[in-house]
Amino acid sequence: MKADIRVALVGNPNTGKSTLFNVLTGLNQKIGNFPGVTIDKKIGYFTLPDGRRAELIDLPGTYSIYPKSQDESIVFSVLADKSNPHSPDLVVIILDASNLKRNLLLYSQVADLKIPVVVALNMMDLAKKGDINIDVNLFAKKLGVPVVPIAARKNEGTEALKNAISFANKFALQEDSIDVTTIAPQLVESIGRELNIDNPYLALQLAHQHETLTFLTPAENERIEELEKEFSFNSQKAQGAETIARYAFINDLLYDTVKKPTTAHAETFSNKIDKVLTHKVFGFIIFFGILMFMFQAIFSWSSYPMALIADAFVWVQNSLHTVLPTGPLTSLLVDGVIAGLSGVMVFIPQIAILFAFISILEDTGYMSRVTFMMDKLMRKVGLNGKSVVPLIGGFACAVPSIMSTRTIENWKDRMITIMVTPLVTCSARLPVYTLLIALVVPNRNVWWVFNMQGLALTGMYLFSLVSAIVVAWVFKFILKGKERGYFIMELPVYRMPRWNNVVYSMYERSKAFVLQAGKVIIAVSIILWVMASYGPGDRFAKIDQQYSQPQYIQTMSPDSLSRTVSSAKLENSYAGVLGHVIEPVIRPLGFDWKIGIALITSFAAREVFVGTMATIYSVNGSAEKMQSVYEKMHEAKNPKTGQPVFTLAVAFSLMMFYAFAMQCASTVAVVYRETKNWRWPAIQFAYMTVLAYAASFITYIMLR
Amino acid sequence: MRLSELEIGEIGIVKEFTDLEMSVKLMEMGCLPGEEIKVERMAPLGDPIAISVSGYQLSLRKREASTIVLQ
Repeated sequence: MKADIRVALVGNPNTGKSTLFNVLTGLNQKIGNFPGVTIDKKIGYFTLPDGRRAELIDLPGTYSIYPKSQDESIVFSVLADKSNPHSPDLVVIILDASNLKRNLLLYSQVADLKIPVVVALNMMDLAKKGDINIDVNLFAKKLGVPVVPIAARKNEGTEALKNAISFANKFALQEDSIDVTTIAPQLVESIGRELNIDNPYLALQLAHQHETLTFLTPAENERIEELEKEFSFNSQKAQGAETIARYAFINDLLYDTVKKPTTAHAETFSNKIDKVLTHKVFGFIIFFGILMFMFQAIFSWSSYPMALIADAFVWVQNSLHTVLPTGPLTSLLVDGVIAGLSGVMVFIPQIAILFAFISILEDTGYMSRVTFMMDKLMRKVGLNGKSVVPLIGGFACAVPSIMSTRTIENWKDRMITIMVTPLVTCSARLPVYTLLIALVVPNRNVWWVFNMQGLALTGMYLFSLVSAIVVAWVFKFILKGKERGYFIMELPVYRMPRWNNVVYSMYERSKAFVLQAGKVIIAVSIILWVMASYGPGDRFAKIDQQYSQPQYIQTMSPDSLSRTVSSAKLENSYAGVLGHVIEPVIRPLGFDWKIGIALITSFAAREVFVGTMATIYSVNGSAEKMQSVYEKMHEAKNPKTGQPVFTLAVAFSLMMFYAFAMQCASTVAVVYRETKNWRWPAIQFAYMTVLAYAASFITYIMLR
Repeated sequence: MRLSELEIGEIGIVKEFTDLEMSVKLMEMGCLPGEEIKVERMAPLGDPIAISVSGYQLSLRKREASTIVLQ
């Protein structure tokens, strides 16, 4: 879409930036990616009072334009690179009126880049409640920019903000905040002259950040490096001096514009909540209580919508079978693709509920208290307080969780978190566990209240957390960290969650999950269908020939004959041949060639297991698919011994394999995207496969 | 006196830092020389700590707090 004016929205985290973005653009927004990185790029559109169309880009929240993480580095590169397609004509910087001092650091940095700025002074309502009095006119006059008081949550002041945006180019540019040239005079002058940059602060920032900026040419990069050596530039010292100068400017600015109550140390509401929520004893009890409630809700609230989705798919399959002519293409579409897709779609309710909880926990400010409480514990095993969020998210899906590790600034902590997150029991393992547990664990109560099947499932969940922590601890000694870890984090005040934000995040995450997993499932179902339907050479023809002889046709019922034919064909298909090839390797784990096929197909996505089992045990077109897979597997006998295939030992050995093995193409892809190096997904795949094999082997030996 | 030595509820004023890398990060977050800091609470396991500074709350590990020298 074309826009008349491009606006960038910049601000600290927890200042209501995304609320303002949503209020301004409504549903008129789209989410994409910044080129080369997987950071969400949110762009929205709105109309100015004069009828012009404005494009608004929501830049990641940051405390300073010196980036501490990959997300934050986007801010400076969009603001500084004039050739960037989103290079703004105007910056709207949102400041938290109840916490102006720290917010103004980012303002003064952005202002010195000399892009026209409009200030949105948010949370004026909160500031008034706290008896903070801001002389907005004087404040605007001293800064030399339009300042618009707003309350984004109540949608107050946004019309005035749009007005200010439309008049912005009629004002003079903001005043300089500090004299940048005093920090590194010769270096700034030389970079400015040689790279043809007339803004001294831009030149200084290029000196600081040139190594990570992609818009500089290699020659420019090299020249900056040489100039830094020539003038012995120390990045950290220069940044320290700049920060001190900026806060001196801010203190001077706030001195006569903001009046604060003198009894500043009164107990705030947020503090009172924290006394309970981060209490020595209650803190952990409440946290585990919330987790328990979350899992209960994920399973119980989702059961009804999940059944609805499953029924809908069965209806579609049945209808298509009656409408379409019988043939290989119909079979591919209905029994391959749609059957596979239904396996993924039923997870939507669980994923949506989980993300609703996570977004509420983040929105209220509770998640940062959890990282605060868990940091010491996590650090002992080589993780970071901030690793808690991806690990909890891992119960739903490792893919978005691995993306959320970007908030962990320390490289080593982040790598370990990425390496162990796929071990946490994700929702794709759930159908595999449910099916296998139902096969071998009796549906009885022990000690009156605990259902044995439920206990087995809970055990698998706890086991996954323990194994993630143990593996993290091992990685702590293997990985060599380049930088020191630190944990300097804002504890935002508690707020009510924004419900439309919660709904939006449910929708976005579910959509991403369906698109990502859907692609894999369709591909796998097609390949599996082809491999199971065709065989090498003339094997299929020979089977047809053999079973069309009179002794078979006369002695067997048509039903059992066709079943015998299809199972003979499966054994001789490409999939069957492959299964036989790997059988010697998986025999020590208690698996036969049929399970071998399921294992191979599951390497694309775990939930394929159930579908593969369904295909292999030749149950097609039945209304209650799950039930019939269960029955088939229950009745399956080893042809040599006559014993059931799925014994306690085999089922648990299989579950152990699924607990550890990296059977998820999407996770492999996202780990590659996040680490930008094939080494990491390769290491992860290797260690998880080895663990899976060992755990299965030990389980099988012990239970046999 | 270091920030890490303060008890809960005690107040100190920042004098200087012992670590350049940490000081840059802390100053960005509003922990500057001359600024008043109050220790609000500790995490259940005793580390990290939560402090009030520049009108908001910040959490940091004890090791990081020990790089802040108070007046």
